[in-house]
Amino acid sequence: MAQLQLREAIRAAMVEEMERDESIFLMGEEVAEYNGAYKVSEGMRDRFGDRRVIDTPISENGFAGLGLGASMSGLRPIIEFMTWNFAFVAMDQIVNNAAKIRYMSGGQFSFPIVFRGPNGAAGQLAATHNTSVESLYSCFPGLKVISISNPDDAKGLLKSAIRDNDPVVFLESEYMYGMRGEVSDDADYTIPIGKARIGREGDRVTIVGHNKSYWRAMEAAEMLAADGIEAEVVDPRTIRPFDWETVIRSVKKTNRCVVVDESNPFASVASEVAFQLQSRAFDWLDAPVARITAKDTPAPYAKNLMAYYLPSAEEVYRACRDVLYLT
Amino acid sequence: MAIAIEMPKMTDTMEEGVLVQWMVEEGRAIAAGDVIAQVETDKATMDVEAYDDGVLLKRVAQEGDALPIGGLIAVLGEEDEDISDVLAEYKRGLSAVPEAESGNQAGEPGRLDVRPAAAPPPAPVPAGRIKASPLAKRMAADHGLVLAHVPGSGPERRIIKRDIEAELQRVPAPVPTGDRSFDSVRLTQMRKVIARRLSESKYTAPHFYLSVDVAMERCVAARRELNVRAERTDGQKISYNDLVTKACAAALVQHSDVNVTYMDEEGEIRRYAYIDIGVAVAVEEGLMTPVVRDADQKEVFQIAAETAALAARARARALAPEEMAGSTFTTSNLGMFGIESFTAIINPPNACILAIGAVRDVPVVQNGVLIPGKRMKLTLSCDHRAVDGVVGARFLSTVQGFLEEPLTLLL
Repeated sequence: MAQLQLREAIRAAMVEEMERDESIFLMGEEVAEYNGAYKVSEGMRDRFGDRRVIDTPISENGFAGLGLGASMSGLRPIIEFMTWNFAFVAMDQIVNNAAKIRYMSGGQFSFPIVFRGPNGAAGQLAATHNTSVESLYSCFPGLKVISISNPDDAKGLLKSAIRDNDPVVFLESEYMYGMRGEVSDDADYTIPIGKARIGREGDRVTIVGHNKSYWRAMEAAEMLAADGIEAEVVDPRTIRPFDWETVIRSVKKTNRCVVVDESNPFASVASEVAFQLQSRAFDWLDAPVARITAKDTPAPYAKNLMAYYLPSAEEVYRACRDVLYLT
Repeated sequence: MAIAIEMPKMTDTMEEGVLVQWMVEEGRAIAAGDVIAQVETDKATMDVEAYDDGVLLKRVAQEGDALPIGGLIAVLGEEDEDISDVLAEYKRGLSAVPEAESGNQAGEPGRLDVRPAAAPPPAPVPAGRIKASPLAKRMAADHGLVLAHVPGSGPERRIIKRDIEAELQRVPAPVPTGDRSFDSVRLTQMRKVIARRLSESKYTAPHFYLSVDVAMERCVAARRELNVRAERTDGQKISYNDLVTKACAAALVQHSDVNVTYMDEEGEIRRYAYIDIGVAVAVEEGLMTPVVRDADQKEVFQIAAETAALAARARARALAPEEMAGSTFTTSNLGMFGIESFTAIINPPNACILAIGAVRDVPVVQNGVLIPGKRMKLTLSCDHRAVDGVVGARFLSTVQGFLEEPLTLLL
């Protein structure tokens, strides 16, 4: 095990996989000469050279399409978006080509490609730079969507994503790049896609949260523990395919669920979790499923409003007490 | 082609029937009009007749089975005919109404069209929905708890997990000693109808009660005289009940605002031009109310004869449903058991019912002197939606007048 920052864990996954397989390359804005906008790819150009670590112009639609063409032709690209907010201009490539051509070609073409970059809120960057896209890309069959909450999961799941023969949307967090954690240094360390992780065991209420929301869930669980209430925290890690079994097993034990999700509320991951639970665990629910999401507006700029906009541990704590009928 | 014989709708209020007895063996040839089975309905035991010729291929219902209207009783057809299709169509079982509603369109050949055009009305939904979490409902079902008995502590009194747990942990009441066993007697159709109709009456019609103590000396004397003569001539004897029926009929002529039905849905009070008096008769399993038609136009002897005949037929459970339907007023008598007075539940669709007590020997003060007297208490139950206190009181006073001056009735 090694103590790594999240950015170092992501880098380790890419470096190890590129060492292992020459067909893998990294492409994106400022990934090469500048060593990455967030220093995720620091040193990689020196190590692998210009042909495998490639700077692009500001042209997401162009280099996303370039990556797709390369993946159809036998290479395994990693496309870095400086943020997923910038990938909206590349949506036609991701949604119409990456997600669908394997299906439309009857399996003749596949896309072993990873689109990765920071997702969600990143501070006072205002409305257009604070979007959460996990539910959006999860709408499209054909895409796998991963959203990680710690360095070890980042390494294990990114290596699985790179090895996967289908397009994977890999969601990181600008806020969390500096987060340190124990990471396996096994060069063959992978975590299977589609498996949730139980971050904390409890029997009174299930809190589901991914990415930064996982940490809000863990903070709320601490507050509940001070009240003598043991919450179970589930990090789905993969949004699509979602590990329903783990969440449902947990809810059948606790009989109540709060979902924390940094997306805007409508048709969010939280919406889908609530639907699946009422459908598959109806007779085990003692309270309606609650969710804490971003407020239903574009992200504000002001610091105090931004703090209000995002899910807070206090809100999660209150929601848990609500579904426990303790208010 | 095999023909399904279904449970027919034999009375207006029938929702299911119990097959009491088979009258035909399987494999026997029968003709249209033959009685194939007897069915107990809410009102009487009635015959089920075949509508077609053929061989009774299968007796699907067993004796004692309760079937909803339209439930499969038997299959008729030609000898050795394959009836699996018919059985499959009714595969949902004896307790279920067949799913192929469209399979029984009027006029379709080979099928009995005995089901009512409209499905029987759904069971009434109890007022005030009980709110409970899905988990609480499942837990209650698992432990045989009745949710209505569990206090809810959630929002809007929702019953939640902790309420069920509290209920399960409640210390059971001290168990009395001695034999605590009990028998269970299956509800008869009649018992179900009594329960439903009288509950409906008591819950929907706001009852109020008026009592009067009738001086019966003259009635007692008149009846004695009439019955002595009847004995000599082998004529019809009359009871106090018959005199009361006659008195009510005569009073209803004068007080047509008591001879009514409150029609909630129609937004009206229906006033009847005729006077049909229901007479409650105790039978072995319950109660029936055969109807004396046009009682105001009949002499007391005729009323006595008809009532006696109807009561005998009621006790034999031989009354036809129409003989019990359509009364405009009802009397109920427990005087023969020494009951001084009681209140009766109104018999829908009537607006009033008269409860008749026993004729008692009582001391009466007349002109300052204590003398022996005869008194009988009558108690009128009125549906206040249709009949106000003064209206009921005037009617009851008229009944009292007739009984205290019985010559006015007999003339």
